[in-house]
Amino acid sequence: MSKILDGKIPDGSIDKKWTDHKFKMKLVNPANKRKHSVIVVGTGLAGASAAASLGELGYRVKAFCVHESPRRAHSVAAQGGINAAKNYQNDGDSVYRLFYDTVKGGDFRAREANVHRLAEISVNIIDQAVASGVPLARDYGGLLDNRSFGGAQVSRTFYARGQTGQQLLLGAYSSMMRQVDLGNVQLNYRREMLDLVIVDGRARGIIVRNLLTGEIEAHEADVVILASGGYSNVFYLSTNAMACAVTAAWKAHKKGAYFANPCYTQIHPTCIPVHGENQSKLTLMSESLRNDGRVWVPKLKDDKRHPSDIPDAERDYYLERVYPSFGNLAPRDVASRQAKYRCDEGRGVGESGKAVYLDFRDAIGRLGESKISERYGNLFQMYEKITGENPYKQPMRIYPAPHYTMGGLWVDYNLESNIPGLFVAGEANFSDHGANRLGASALMQGLGDGYFVLPYTVGNYIANTKLEKVEKTHDEFKRAQETVKSEITKLMNIRGNRTVESFHKELGHIMWEYCGMGRNEAGLKRALELIPKLREEFWQNVRVPGESNYLNPELEKAGRVADFLELGELMCRDALERKESCGGHFREEYQEDGEAKRDDENFSHVAAWEWTGANSPPVRHKEELKFENVKLATRSYK
Amino acid sequence: MSELTKKINLILKVWRQKGPKDVGSFKEYEAKGVSTDASFLEMLDAVNEELISKGDDPIAFDHDCREGICGSCGFMIDGEAHGPQKSTTVCQLHMRAFKEGDVLTLEPWRASAFPIIKDLMADRSAMDRIIMAGGYISANTGGARDANSILISKNDADQAFNAATCIGCGACVASCKNAAAMLFTAAKVSHLALLPQGQIERKTRAERMVAQMDAEGFGACTSTGSCSASCPKDISLVNIAQMNREFLKAKVFKEDQVDVGGGF
Ligand SMILES: Cc1cc2nc3c(=O)[nH]c(=O)nc-3n(C[C@H](O)[C@H](O)[C@H](O)COP(=O)(O)OP(=O)(O)OC[C@H]3O[C@@H](n4cnc5c(N)ncnc54)[C@H](O)[C@@H]3O)c2cc1C
Ligand code: FES
Repeated sequence: MSKILDGKIPDGSIDKKWTDHKFKMKLVNPANKRKHSVIVVGTGLAGASAAASLGELGYRVKAFCVHESPRRAHSVAAQGGINAAKNYQNDGDSVYRLFYDTVKGGDFRAREANVHRLAEISVNIIDQAVASGVPLARDYGGLLDNRSFGGAQVSRTFYARGQTGQQLLLGAYSSMMRQVDLGNVQLNYRREMLDLVIVDGRARGIIVRNLLTGEIEAHEADVVILASGGYSNVFYLSTNAMACAVTAAWKAHKKGAYFANPCYTQIHPTCIPVHGENQSKLTLMSESLRNDGRVWVPKLKDDKRHPSDIPDAERDYYLERVYPSFGNLAPRDVASRQAKYRCDEGRGVGESGKAVYLDFRDAIGRLGESKISERYGNLFQMYEKITGENPYKQPMRIYPAPHYTMGGLWVDYNLESNIPGLFVAGEANFSDHGANRLGASALMQGLGDGYFVLPYTVGNYIANTKLEKVEKTHDEFKRAQETVKSEITKLMNIRGNRTVESFHKELGHIMWEYCGMGRNEAGLKRALELIPKLREEFWQNVRVPGESNYLNPELEKAGRVADFLELGELMCRDALERKESCGGHFREEYQEDGEAKRDDENFSHVAAWEWTGANSPPVRHKEELKFENVKLATRSYK
Repeated sequence: MSELTKKINLILKVWRQKGPKDVGSFKEYEAKGVSTDASFLEMLDAVNEELISKGDDPIAFDHDCREGICGSCGFMIDGEAHGPQKSTTVCQLHMRAFKEGDVLTLEPWRASAFPIIKDLMADRSAMDRIIMAGGYISANTGGARDANSILISKNDADQAFNAATCIGCGACVASCKNAAAMLFTAAKVSHLALLPQGQIERKTRAERMVAQMDAEGFGACTSTGSCSASCPKDISLVNIAQMNREFLKAKVFKEDQVDVGGGF
């Protein structure tokens, strides 16, 4: 039965909700904190900041990651920057404006109260990062520098050259390592969470595989926090790192946690195009490049001339043409779709015809090569390493690629899922970006969740809950351990003829074709036939080499692909049911002049899916969204 | 695809070792029809796909971001950490750097502080323990003052940033004949010593991190500079000089006489 979910949004005016809520929360006595334990799965920005902050408060924290070191989490790859409503540039920014931009940018599919809180705490994140030694860019007077980013008309983005994610992660990681040193955080690396353990209706532990030895371990705690990142790798080729997976979130989903808006995925407009069959991942070229680069395609179809031989009059600077006020800075979903249209018209460039130009000729002419190199040197270098072409001399070729997932586990205002005691942070939850995330907002959200939200809401949960002690010998732990072991044995024993990689690739093709930049009813229905068939074949014909009690990367991958094969189906189902276009979800049937057409009357809600078993369809629950501050309007960037 | 794309054939001599306690040896593999547009790791992916199809165990190597930023990847190609291309991690190394018929020897990082896990993978957790021993600023969440109330000259901020770009891959250790972790440790020490926020703990930080480095079994620095030459992020030797100064100062000054000078 479909339910209406309660987001537990506090009462009061939008700017008072979080302050009042914090005051009303119950506190845990400092001496009692040591008696409580918290598991944190994932040590990217969200997990590392949460583990450090909870450790500082005195909780006993156990942190887990699949990586060899927390410093390698995928957050490390973020290039462009992090937003904060500091208004250091005196250009009209404010908490309210950041809030407004994010709600609008998310195409009115995010919860207002969460977004406002995020905008409020954004300013503290920068202070915290700087205090912990993050070398954010400075100007000549020694003050922090900003740039404009991702379709914003104010300069609110803080950055550390093209390595903002790396520097912020190293900041949060070092704070966490300090807590490890102090004995407040116990770090468990190269451990993959493969199940959630629920005792008496509450999340009380996890089952992990030690990736080095294959041992299946049980860990218990009073609270479980998932900060395990996003699921763009369901598309096989994406800008995400190889180990990014839905597994932690998916196992929780199969234990009852609702999965919200799985079809909201972000396709980033500026990535290096696919070059061949063996390609393993796509590389992002930071959006900041669009500040100085101009996007174009030839006016003629199938124009095979070298770009420098095409005169200006025969170029179509289509973003500038279609969106005169935002031009090349149009938001991601819009810019991606426009690139697709141009290529569909036969005006794409490069070998495959699936690319557009991002041209720095005019900026270099105006500012000189050295200024451009100061701004984007490392990106230009990366581009040249990958393509063998020099972007100072000829335009970059770019194409959209899967990049970020707005969907994720459903959480209420406290970041608690529908399973009591299970909290979800960072990209793994669905909460703040609606149907489209603005650039430089994911780092903000991950750190905001970990530094400034969870330390309060987790405390409140502990203070309000009578938590009996549970032992690892409890039946629920044993049962979960057995399930995990038997699934691994099953995978190992198939000994089929196809590699894990080949299944992942095929799934990726299906997802990109039918659930990518443009979706329609017929295609989604087709995908809903193809995916279960592929999944069936996987369980009969996959080949996992090696042994399960050694390091075995193929076995790890097989488990992750098995989960993607289930998630992919849910994504298509969600996309099919959402009969409107909004943000990154573009249903071809619902558009006006090529722009997304929302249906606020029928779809102004979050769809949160409940798993009901492998052989029965999931149930779609709803959380109604109310817009009391930002007036519902059609997004326009023209 | 660039205009110069070609297909090449290579021979790989790869270190195979089943687990930390097993004995390893070199085995030879053919990599056929490799596109020069592919990355080195994509070339290995293809070799692995073939191995799996034949029922063999694929070659294990560490990797994740494949963009040169996470520091997961890294092994020796013909005795060079991350291979022949300067300032490049092996995941960013493309097959354009090689030619038809090349015979390449692939080995894991070799250092007693980096035990081998399997094939080309080594355990670098010792580096985390060096960071744990003071590679941070003690700033609990919540107490920070406004970020712009701390002024940092652009030059200091840039220098600190340059040191902070270390990705912790371990190439410096692997390239050093003494397997020293000086460049890695020094990069963190100078990153924090260059910033006003890092001054309070400056002395204890250098002392503790160096002590941990020694305790992990890393070797001594004899200033040959091969670490910096192999570093994919071009971390400069200047950092080592800075750390030596920090360390000396820490030894000379008493607890309460922390020097708050501005670094170099
Ligand atoms: C190339 C790129 C560039 C980006 N640039 C920007 C930018 O400029 N600005 C911006 O705001 N955002 C950017 N983003 C988005 C942003 O980087 C991410 O959304 C964010 O860093 C995610 O952080 P996280 O902590 O939620 O997850 P992650 O950093 O992905 O961390 C996930 C953690 O979970 C662990 N884990 C996962 N599964 C398991 C499991 N089963 N068991 C145990 N541990 C597990 C991993 O080991 C890891 O520690 C970018 C993203 C990409 C891909
Ligand atoms: S795989 Fe991340 S640096 Fe090479």
